[in-house]
Amino acid sequence: MCLAVPAKVVSIDGEKAVVELGGLTRQARTMLVPNVKVGDYVLLHAGFAIQTLDEAAAQETLELLARMAEAGAGEA
Amino acid sequence: MRFIDEFRQPALAGALAERIKRWSGPPVSLMEVCGTHTVAIFRHGLRGLLPPQVRLLSGPGCPVCVTPNGEIDKAIALASNPGVILATFGDMMKVPGSYSSLAEAKARGSIIRVVYSAMEAVEIAQENPGKAVVFFGVGFETTAPTTAASILEAKRLGLKNFFFLSAHKLVPPALRALLEAGEVRIDGLICPGHVSTIIGSRPYEFIPRDYAIPCVISGFEPVDILQAIAMLLDMRVEGKAEVAIQYRRAVRPQGNPQALDTMAGAFQVGDAEWRGLGPIPQSGLQLRDGMEAFAAERHLEMKMRPPREAAACRCGEVLRGLINPPECSIFGTGCTPEHPVGPCMVSTEGTCAAWFLYRPGG
Repeated sequence: MCLAVPAKVVSIDGEKAVVELGGLTRQARTMLVPNVKVGDYVLLHAGFAIQTLDEAAAQETLELLARMAEAGAGEA
Repeated sequence: MRFIDEFRQPALAGALAERIKRWSGPPVSLMEVCGTHTVAIFRHGLRGLLPPQVRLLSGPGCPVCVTPNGEIDKAIALASNPGVILATFGDMMKVPGSYSSLAEAKARGSIIRVVYSAMEAVEIAQENPGKAVVFFGVGFETTAPTTAASILEAKRLGLKNFFFLSAHKLVPPALRALLEAGEVRIDGLICPGHVSTIIGSRPYEFIPRDYAIPCVISGFEPVDILQAIAMLLDMRVEGKAEVAIQYRRAVRPQGNPQALDTMAGAFQVGDAEWRGLGPIPQSGLQLRDGMEAFAAERHLEMKMRPPREAAACRCGEVLRGLINPPECSIFGTGCTPEHPVGPCMVSTEGTCAAWFLYRPGG
């Protein structure tokens, strides 16, 4: 029930946005993420954007893991 | 898809799995609290990547599963009133109440509509001014702000025919009740990622402090979950217990303040009954003082018989992490997703349904 999927904000009109996920567009209510901008990625849950996604944080996580994977391969 | 595919990279998952396999400490039991995690763990075959001394337990994190029969009975009683349209999420339809499910009530003539969003229930109320529309809201902190925003929207629109019945529940008080009961050994908690996008990391801080159990808030892709497990093992090695965030792209320590404000605008915290865990103080959401105009229980008739439980069903023990589903005598025989006896077999995120769907040869 707590499934939420990343979706890209295509347009915003008041407290409604059009978001795109996997090639499909959906409507999303934006009252829970008042600072959202076109181009942001949000988590979509039950017709609402519930949080914006932080690209820099995602990148940091992936870089940390890539370094760990390289170090692990070196050990093996 | 962005933010998904990167966290499914086999090279990263493989490296994490190798690291976890090198665990040389004592056997550990890690609980994934959230049903969405349970399903992801089975779907991606993550249990098979773990060494035998790292065991995963499923917790009470499926909102449909922890809804007691009495709350489903109330929804059915409300829907049986002529002139009422009951709207709820699809997950609730097949859950057996004491005497029937909502799906069976619908077959008997009650008007019950499945909605994807609470806001659709508000729209149904606008389109049907001659009917009373009841939204039966279920879900944890992930979902509660969307219900709250919808109730506040109904208020703004001045709707007099929109009502609400709550089965909304809160995760941290249930974790406290589970740990306080002390029935099951837990060496680390994989905390729910999407609940935490709303509440942040602070509401879990009592767990390391009072119970010395490390917590990691995890995302839902295979790399996320494996990294969360590796982080929990690292904390055990270092003898540390704290709340860490693996799912940093979506979870901030303070959560989503706007969503929390919205929840507080419609709801107040009250006691709630959980299937398997019983009554837990301050663990549910009810309409706040001043919002009584939306209370379905107050304005609509509700003829109820006393709730009862299915005798053979062991959902309660499954929800507390005490038994695995196959230890229940009716699992896979008397109780299947087609003919579920208990809610853990109904919900796609129920532990029993996950074990059934992903069982060897299944």
